Amino acid sequence: MSTTTWAWLVLAFPLAGAIVNGLGFKALGRRGAGAIGTAAIGLAFVCALGALISLQGHASDHRQLVSSLWDYAVTGPGVDARLSILVDPLSVYMMLVVTGVSTLIHLYSVSYMKGDRGYARYFAYLNFFVFSMLLLVLGGNFLVLIVGWAFVGAASYLLISFWYRRGTATQAGIKAFVINVVGDVGLVLGTFFILRYSGTLDLLGTFRAADGGAFAGHQGALTAGCLLLLVGAFAKSAQIPLHTWLPDAMEGPTPVSSLIHAATMVTAGVYLIARMHPLFERAPAAADTAAIVGCVTLLVAGTIGLVMTDIKRVIAYSTMSQIGYMIMAVGAGGYVAGLFHLMTHAFFKALLFMAAGSIIGAMAGGQSLERMSGFRRAMPFTFGCFVVGGLALSGVPPFSGFFSKDEILAWIGSRGGGWDALYVLGYAGAFLTAVYTWRMIFRAFFGEPCAEARELEHGHLAHAEVPTNPATGEQEDADVGFPGPEHTIAERALPMKVSMTLLAIGATVAGFVQVPFVDDVVTKFLAPTFADSKYVHLQPSDGLITFGLILGTVIALAGIALAHRVWVAKPGSAAAWQARFKPAYELFVHKWWFDEAIDLLVVRPFAAFGDFSRRTFERVVVEGTLVDGTTSVVRAGSAAVRAIQTGFLRYYAALLLLGGAAVLLYFLIASS
Amino acid sequence: MAIDWYLVVSALIFCIGAGGVLVRRNPLVILLCLELMLNAANLALIAFARMHGNSDGQIFALIVLVVAACEVTVGLGLIVAIFRRRLPVDVDELRELQG
Amino acid sequence: MSAVIFFIAAIGAIAGAIGVVALRNPFYSVLALVGHLLALAALFLLLRAEFVAAAQVVVYAGAVMVLYLFVVSYVGGGARPLTPGGSSLRAVAGFAMLALFAELAIAVLGSGLKAISGDGAPYVSGFGSPAAIGEALLTKFLFPFEVASLLLLVAAVGAVVLARRRGGTTLEDEIRDSAHWITPRSLFSGTMAEAVGAIRPPAEQEPGQAATDETELGRPVATPAGRDEEVGW
Repeated sequence: MSTTTWAWLVLAFPLAGAIVNGLGFKALGRRGAGAIGTAAIGLAFVCALGALISLQGHASDHRQLVSSLWDYAVTGPGVDARLSILVDPLSVYMMLVVTGVSTLIHLYSVSYMKGDRGYARYFAYLNFFVFSMLLLVLGGNFLVLIVGWAFVGAASYLLISFWYRRGTATQAGIKAFVINVVGDVGLVLGTFFILRYSGTLDLLGTFRAADGGAFAGHQGALTAGCLLLLVGAFAKSAQIPLHTWLPDAMEGPTPVSSLIHAATMVTAGVYLIARMHPLFERAPAAADTAAIVGCVTLLVAGTIGLVMTDIKRVIAYSTMSQIGYMIMAVGAGGYVAGLFHLMTHAFFKALLFMAAGSIIGAMAGGQSLERMSGFRRAMPFTFGCFVVGGLALSGVPPFSGFFSKDEILAWIGSRGGGWDALYVLGYAGAFLTAVYTWRMIFRAFFGEPCAEARELEHGHLAHAEVPTNPATGEQEDADVGFPGPEHTIAERALPMKVSMTLLAIGATVAGFVQVPFVDDVVTKFLAPTFADSKYVHLQPSDGLITFGLILGTVIALAGIALAHRVWVAKPGSAAAWQARFKPAYELFVHKWWFDEAIDLLVVRPFAAFGDFSRRTFERVVVEGTLVDGTTSVVRAGSAAVRAIQTGFLRYYAALLLLGGAAVLLYFLIASS
Repeated sequence: MAIDWYLVVSALIFCIGAGGVLVRRNPLVILLCLELMLNAANLALIAFARMHGNSDGQIFALIVLVVAACEVTVGLGLIVAIFRRRLPVDVDELRELQG
Repeated sequence: MSAVIFFIAAIGAIAGAIGVVALRNPFYSVLALVGHLLALAALFLLLRAEFVAAAQVVVYAGAVMVLYLFVVSYVGGGARPLTPGGSSLRAVAGFAMLALFAELAIAVLGSGLKAISGDGAPYVSGFGSPAAIGEALLTKFLFPFEVASLLLLVAAVGAVVLARRRGGTTLEDEIRDSAHWITPRSLFSGTMAEAVGAIRPPAEQEPGQAATDETELGRPVATPAGRDEEVGW
């Protein structure tokens, strides 16, 4: 089978799974839906492997294959809208990451969502999401990319507000969707700017046109287009200032957070910049903007993660921060580094979310770090997964996060000049990463066991009497639209254990494919895609690499040590720090006031405008003047005319005679 | 006599009839005034027939006579029907077509 | 000689016309019209329309007016006082009359037609005779002749339909048979004015009062209120 056929199959299986689950949910029942959903993605992963093997069978400069299923609208030079996919090392890489991690998450969900009444709906949505993400990464022209982009946003909305009877969940879903739509607008407008001078929607065609000088005299348009594409990337990848949706998106079920908001959807922005690298390299302003925004995000998110008390939100801000690293990398031209970190991050972040789901199950749905403590003895497997994920995230060798993060920072350092500032800030962010990650782990697993932990040590899983919303505390029930009554922990569910183990293995060993001085599997694999990059020959010096490795290790261990000191060795020092740095604490706890700023600058003006439109314009102008005015004019006219119909015969006769006399008079005058 | 005298008489009778329609309230009398107007028209027709020496005008006048007779018939039938239903025989009271 | 007869006939016609309009009693108005018709027949004779004059006397004055007299006797219609509201209409009527007459006079006399100043075309023997009329009716004007007879048929049938009694009751029975009464309708009874809200329904009454009201002839007439916002369409 040809490579592109494998790729079409990769697309087909999740779509089929979504349709079957979506339409046949009544007939399938619990087990059927889960099995079909997981099998669909599993088959997609197998086909992705097939595509990989088949792609490697081609010569290295013939590894960019386009296949078009249907020509929708082709109009000569200009719009060529086809349903086409591009299979090249980058898309195969993304496919493998997406399908691989998705399979494990589907497996995890089989037991995590066990008691939920919307089980089949969940798997239908999840399959649809995977289909959309694959469409996005496989898209061979801007049109399919945009379609996949939009579908992914829609799937994210569906899954965030999965428990749709919860007010907080639906509000979060709407917030995510609206911000994503802002990004979509940027993406589409950016496409217009680029299409104007490239003359084609096809990706490879656009890159060829850029190579051929299509944007030679139109630098402004290219930069504007790339900046607009960045708007889309930032919205999807939750970078400042379009990031406010990501913490709220934790309202969705934990596997959803794990898949969408850790491993796949939020990486779409990184993929976009990497894919469009020929354009971004010709618009340095846009690329630099991306790098700077990524750096700012990784710091801001790191600081917020230090003070969050909801365990899922800590991991969410951690995601934002790590994506900031990736965006910084691809903005600086380190595409391989950024994508390598994407893969390792997918492993350990999905693992962390899964483990968080396990401990949330132990807390009977509660998510607050303030109530969790001392689960180490009660949940050893979950603890182990947290440790592995935490070490990988902090960048401790030999875990995967160490190699990928240091590759990014080495690349930034090798750019020199002003990039050194970002280099330093990147390491500062790494320190913050270690601190907040281990704060979370130490608080949840060390110390005196809390009530739920004690219960679990005795073998009894805590069960909430009355289901409540973990965010607001309001009461719910366990019917459809709310989480089910049962909670699962990893220790007791084999599918969860299997998926978490596999991810833990990945988080541990995935870094070994790209150890500095030893091997560079990822670089070689992605070389055909990035052969036309102007940074292809830029290599960090050996000294810089070594320095970076050592510095990274030192910083990570220092962070862990500090976290240990504050939260384990000297309990109470956390409160002391908080009191000493009160203004900083307030700033971080209020998430740098971004929500309030957006509310003030965007939401309120729009609401006021809408209110004005309704109250003044709609009511007074349209209804009052135009509509009512028209009707009242007609009514007055007809009232006036109706006054003639008195019913008096003689009145009518008089009118007749007078009219006749008038006509006669007219003719008399006219003829004289 | 010259023809124009007849025409003036015809006009005068027509106007008297028109005024009568406007002034009287009894529908019977209104119908009579209508007859006046028709007769005035007849007179004008006959006068012009004499003027041209063409008897077409006289035929026209005969037909007008027939039409007047029919109209009187139907009109009187209406008035009788109104009277039978105990409605006031007064055009000022009969105004249900008021809009 | 013909001038004298003309003036007498003309004055008679005009006097009859004024009599129709001015006389209070409709019976007298009918008689005035009969006089008017006879005068008009004389005028027709002066204009050499013998057959039409004869037809006028026999048919119009003889048959139609007799029918009229029958109806006037049946319906009656004594003197009715003129309501105050009619005075403005009289002024309008007077003005319309004068205006119309002035215009017609100007039209006729100022028209520039030379022929009306003369006595008319030279007399052809047989002009206006029954023979000439008959020939015209059966050749040139056959179609109007037939249509006119059809019209007469329609009018006759219509008159019978309009004036017939229902159910075969006699006139005396009708007076007592209140089921056949169609009570004088109040203002609020399905008129267009009611439909468009120009008048409102009679005011609501208490149940005790409503019972007594029903026995009366119809409902009390409600004063037509001005247009109200709430009634609307």
